[in-house]
Amino acid sequence: MSHEHPPHLQHHFDTSEQQFDAGKLGIWLFLATEILLFGGLFCAYAIYRANHPEVFHYAHQFLDKTLGGTNTVILLCSSLTMAWAVRASQLGQRKLLIVLLSLTLLGGFGFMGIKYVEYKAKWEHGLLPGTHFAPHEEGEDHAAPAAAAAPAAPATSSGTTIKPAAQGPSGTVRPANAAEIGDSGHGKRPSNTQIFFGIYFLMTGLHGLHVLAGIGAITWILIRSIKGHFGPEYFTPVDFVGLYWHLVDLIWIFLFPLLYLIS
Amino acid sequence: MSHEAHSRVGHVVPLSVLFAVLGTLLVMTFVTVAVSWLDFGRFNIWIALGIAVFKASLVLLFFMHLKYDKPFNAIVIILSMALVMLFIAITLTDTGQYEPNRIPGYAPSIKTNPQ
Repeated sequence: MSHEHPPHLQHHFDTSEQQFDAGKLGIWLFLATEILLFGGLFCAYAIYRANHPEVFHYAHQFLDKTLGGTNTVILLCSSLTMAWAVRASQLGQRKLLIVLLSLTLLGGFGFMGIKYVEYKAKWEHGLLPGTHFAPHEEGEDHAAPAAAAAPAAPATSSGTTIKPAAQGPSGTVRPANAAEIGDSGHGKRPSNTQIFFGIYFLMTGLHGLHVLAGIGAITWILIRSIKGHFGPEYFTPVDFVGLYWHLVDLIWIFLFPLLYLIS
Repeated sequence: MSHEAHSRVGHVVPLSVLFAVLGTLLVMTFVTVAVSWLDFGRFNIWIALGIAVFKASLVLLFFMHLKYDKPFNAIVIILSMALVMLFIAITLTDTGQYEPNRIPGYAPSIKTNPQ
């Protein structure tokens, strides 16, 4: 190691390698706390699925496997461009680095765009968590239009999705009118279906926030790479943002089969 | 990696490895979707989790450089995953241990609406 100080080397580190390794351990410790954070939600998922398997079997039909699968492919590809971007910065390929970071960013926006379409559909169909859970005809039938001819419940035919007060909070009392919950291609709705959507929105929502944070971080290193801050001797921020982005991908690898692919 | 990976901080992963990993990940994504249409009963969830763990390992080892990294970083991340598994396993064994209907009429059932 040379004795003149490279501009990126902080005075409290002896060498660039020591600085890199210390920072990298810090990032891995941060990623470990992220896994513990999501671990709590995965635990909630496991407990509710163990106690209410019928809810998960029924409710997952309202998630779009195609959109979920597309998002998986998008995230995997953006993980590749990110890993490639780290390689480009290590080799000093500045233009390639800028292109790859832009592509990664595009993947992040694509993911959030599809997420928006999915959330919007849930919102419109009343498939919301907790007391906001108020599914109506379209919501029950969006995957089985043939059954839409089922007689509409008074609540839906009058153009409102607000349930009669006598029914109490959603899910606690089975509505007397079976048509409202629809024996519509998806089978009978089990009670406590809103639990699934609570878990779905919490897990994908927290993951979505991480994607947004990743988009911010990638934008930051994209700007710095345009300014030419990175090269073979200093690419630490690219590497560390990359590790974070891969973790976001990693969590989605588990979320996708657990939420979308319940058979 | 003969000409480019010496005397440098970090490890440069060859492009062939990166693309091979992506290809495997995409194939496994297809497999996990395809398998979800088949009915293996209670084993479906374990097949899905097994594929997810395999995919996660690929991402960790190659995209996240753990294969070439200092082993301590791997210990940190494996330990955190092991703790999450322990957390879930212990909670799962606990949740089956309650008998809400032990004294009929004196405790609410967790199944609020028997099918």
